[in-house]
Order: sequence, then structure tokens, then C-alpha cells
Amino acid sequence: MSLQTDHETSTGAPAQKLERGLGPRLLRLEQPHPNRIYLTVAPGDHVAAAVFLFDELSARLATASAVDHRDHLEINYHFALDGDRCVVTVKTFAPKPEPHLESLARMIAGAEWIEREIADLFGCRFDGHPRPERLILADDWPADRHPLRRGGPS
Amino acid sequence: MTRTVLPIGPFHPLQEEAEFFQLYVDGETVVDMDVRISYNHRGIEDISTRRTFDQVPYLVERVCGICSASHPLAYIQAVEELAGITPPERSLYLRTIVNELERLHSHLLWVGLAGHFLGYNTVFMWAWKYREPVLDLLEATTGSRINYANAKIGGSRRDIPNELAPRILSVLSELEGKLEMLTGAVLDDYVLHLRTKGVGVLSREDARDYCVTGPTARASGIAIDVRRDDPYAAYDRIEWNVISAAEGDVFAKAKVRLLECFESIKIIRQCARQLPEGPIEVPVAAIPPGEAVGHVEAPRGETFHYVVSDGGPCPARHKVRAPSYVNIPSFKAACVGQPLADVTIALAAVDPCYSCTERLAVALDARTRRPLYTFDDLVRLSQEKTARLAREV
Repeated sequence: MSLQTDHETSTGAPAQKLERGLGPRLLRLEQPHPNRIYLTVAPGDHVAAAVFLFDELSARLATASAVDHRDHLEINYHFALDGDRCVVTVKTFAPKPEPHLESLARMIAGAEWIEREIADLFGCRFDGHPRPERLILADDWPADRHPLRRGGPS
Repeated sequence: MTRTVLPIGPFHPLQEEAEFFQLYVDGETVVDMDVRISYNHRGIEDISTRRTFDQVPYLVERVCGICSASHPLAYIQAVEELAGITPPERSLYLRTIVNELERLHSHLLWVGLAGHFLGYNTVFMWAWKYREPVLDLLEATTGSRINYANAKIGGSRRDIPNELAPRILSVLSELEGKLEMLTGAVLDDYVLHLRTKGVGVLSREDARDYCVTGPTARASGIAIDVRRDDPYAAYDRIEWNVISAAEGDVFAKAKVRLLECFESIKIIRQCARQLPEGPIEVPVAAIPPGEAVGHVEAPRGETFHYVVSDGGPCPARHKVRAPSYVNIPSFKAACVGQPLADVTIALAAVDPCYSCTERLAVALDARTRRPLYTFDDLVRLSQEKTARLAREV
């Protein structure tokens, strides 16, 4: 449980491990700060990236977030590599008008709530989600209104 | 099989705020559960995008009255990373002192509530009494018992004068003695062992699957702590230990929190003694476009903030994830198979915070869908079980 040992053996390593592990699936990798890695993958490949992070690197899914862009939603899964002093954000995108993405909740229970929240607030469908029900919005809230979606009610 | 649904919530006078736990019970045993949240959603992430960067700490400080140092600090660290700002050394120590005082008062509050749920109201009286001097110290150091507005982008708002150090040290010494008594009384009590050991066990595997954080993770053998794993403020400049336990039960969670109080005292003591001289803030220019993550070890676990800037005066996107949001779902793994009388303490062991997820629980008959127990019935069941065990012992 000594962090010193964990840290010495893996300094600078997470980025290389990710490059090796994800290969051509990795569209882009940025490390603006030694403790922060942002990687971009195509929709669908985020599942392989998440499985690699969670199973191989023992990462913890801290949370996910969505950012609304003009023509697509950017979906970020934030993984914490606690032993490596690093937070890895896996970025992918879901094109509008009907954004959807494969769910991670079947593999990682910790993804269940946050994906339901993003579905409610941004209107992104998560395919294969074990419980695709409302979490944040009331049951009688209109189906086509997503409070954090920009540009009208769609 | 007769399945009964036991609803707790969404609104109940014993709960601070609305949250809805639906327990499915077979006789006295919980067989499944469901949680509904968001009865009081405040739209803080949306409001944040309509406040300037320096106004947002005021807003996120109000996510939770107890974690009112952790949320702003996580946000501030994200913005400082985004803009490449290095806060002065003295402010890092000031931030550490306020954040550890926050952990002390939060853990003491939890010990008191857990005591009440188990029918140990003396524990409740003691813990809340010892919590008072901690709140007084927060008032002396920040000007406020709650919502301290201590950290700001680029440093700290208010200095802790060196002359205050002797008072901080004397309050801590007095508290340490009382805490030793309280910890001994709680951890050595035979009836409390019967009520909490092997109860509400969250296995290491489930803890990892649910991605839990804080004392909930540390009591299940996952020794993670943002203060050590991604050091911020002055935590890497002082000596302290990460407390963990392997059992995953209610007892382990209580032990972790109680022992963490002593670590907090150690941390504050070193900060008060080694407080470096110098300025407490640096000037801050405009925040450039970009994205950043800030996370802080709040009393309940990791508080996670993700901030996106488009170069404008306000955050373009601000995601807030409080620790109970990942800890509460794990309650399902910990309470299925448990008798009803143990449910309140198994849930309380997670230290669920309504501000974290802002929301309550009930019990229904599976066939008739009629309510069977209210939350105070469950607390009563729990207290009666303790009284019965105490008589038998």
C-alpha cells in the first residue's frame, strides 16, 4: 500500500501503456499536465478503452460528463488511476440529432447512474444499458426536453 | 415467496431532504432495492455556466453545507490547472487546515448520527459536543462556522494569523483526549460489535465495481485517498497515514472514520506549526480556453469537478460529481440479504449525503403495494435490536 513504490515503478508510464494497449484505436492523446491525460477514440471504441483502463490498469471510473457542441455531444469518461497519480479522460462523440453510444454500465456498475443522468439532461441514449430509466427528471417530464441540451428543445 | 416492498421516502420528517429508497423484503430480509433521487435538483451545473469564474466558488460552496470547503477547492484547483496558476505556499497550508477541520466536524457528525440510529444517544451527545470546538475553530480561522469561502482562485481569501496557532493547537489537544475516550468506548463496546460486525458488508470486488470512494472504499480494503494519490494543498509536505480496513462492514467504516479524525488532528497540528511566511494569493488574469479536472478528498470521498473554458468570462461547462453519488448505489450490494433492523445502520455507514445527490426511503408489501414501515419505524427497529442485544449480554 506504499504509494512511493507504486509511483516509482510507473512514472510517466500511463500514457505509454495506453498507447500500447489501445494501438490504432487511439485517435489522439494529450497530456497538458503530468497528472492529466485526455484521449480521443471513435464512438464504440470507448468500450475497449474503458475495459483496458478498468481491467488492465485497475482504473476507477470517477464519473462521466457530456459537453454539447453544435452538431454532436462530446461524452467524457473520467478514469482515476489512483496508484499512478493520474486522471485519464476518454473522449468520444455522439452525433446529433439522435445521439447514442454504447453503455459501459454492463461492465462497470459505477457507470449506471451517470449514464442515466446524461440521458436525462442531454438526451443521449446509452445502448445496452441495464436500466435505461430516468434518474434526474421527474416521470411526467416531457420526453423530448433535455435541460442541458443547447439550441432548443430537441 | 412473499415479497414486500418497504418504501423509505421521498419526503419524511426524519430525513433532511428528499430521497427515495425502495426496499423489497421477504419477511424481515431485504431481497432487493431501488433508489430514486433528484427530488430537489438545483441545476447547479447549469447556473455555473452563467456565473463568472470567480463567482463559481460561492455557488459550489452551496452544493453541500458540510463539504463547503471541498467543492470550491476542487473547482478552484481545476481552474488553476487550466490557467497555469500556482497558488503561494502559505495558502496551500491554509487550505489544508480548513479542509481537515471540515473532515473532523463531518466525521464527528457521522459518529453522532450512527450512535443515534443504533440507540446509543450518549454517543450522539458526546460526538456533537466535541464537534462544537471544531466549528468554533472554523469560525476563528475563516470567519464562519459553515460556508467558509476560504479558498479562491490564486490562493486564499483570508489569512490565519500566526497568533492563532496556539489556540488551534490547544483546542486540538483537548479534542484528541476526548476522541481517544470516544473511540475506545465505541470500538470496544461488545453490543456495538454485535450490531456492526459482519453487517452491511461491501466486498472489495463490489466496492471496485461500484467505483466507491472515501471511507466507504477504504473500509473495503481499497486504500485510495486523493490527498495522497494526487496530492494537492500541502498534503505532500506533511506526515500522515491513509487509514484502511479489510472487512467492509459497518464496524470497519466506523473504525476508518474515527481513526481518520486522529490523522486530521496530526495534519492540522503540523500545518499550524509549519505555516510558511509569505503572501496568500497571486493575481489572476483571464482564464484561457481549455479543459481541466480538479478533485479533492472530501469527508465522504472524492469530490470531482470538470471545467471547460472557451476563453469567455464564465465556464462553458462545469460537471460536479459529489462522493455520495458513487457511494449510495453500493448500498444495494451491502444491504441485500440483511435483516430489516440492520438496514438503517448499513445505509448510514455510507454516510449518505442528500446534498451530494439531494434526495430519501420506504417499505411496501410486494403484493398489496401498501406501506409497511416508515423511516422512523426502521430507526426504532434498529434501536430495539440494540436494546435486546444489550439485555441478552
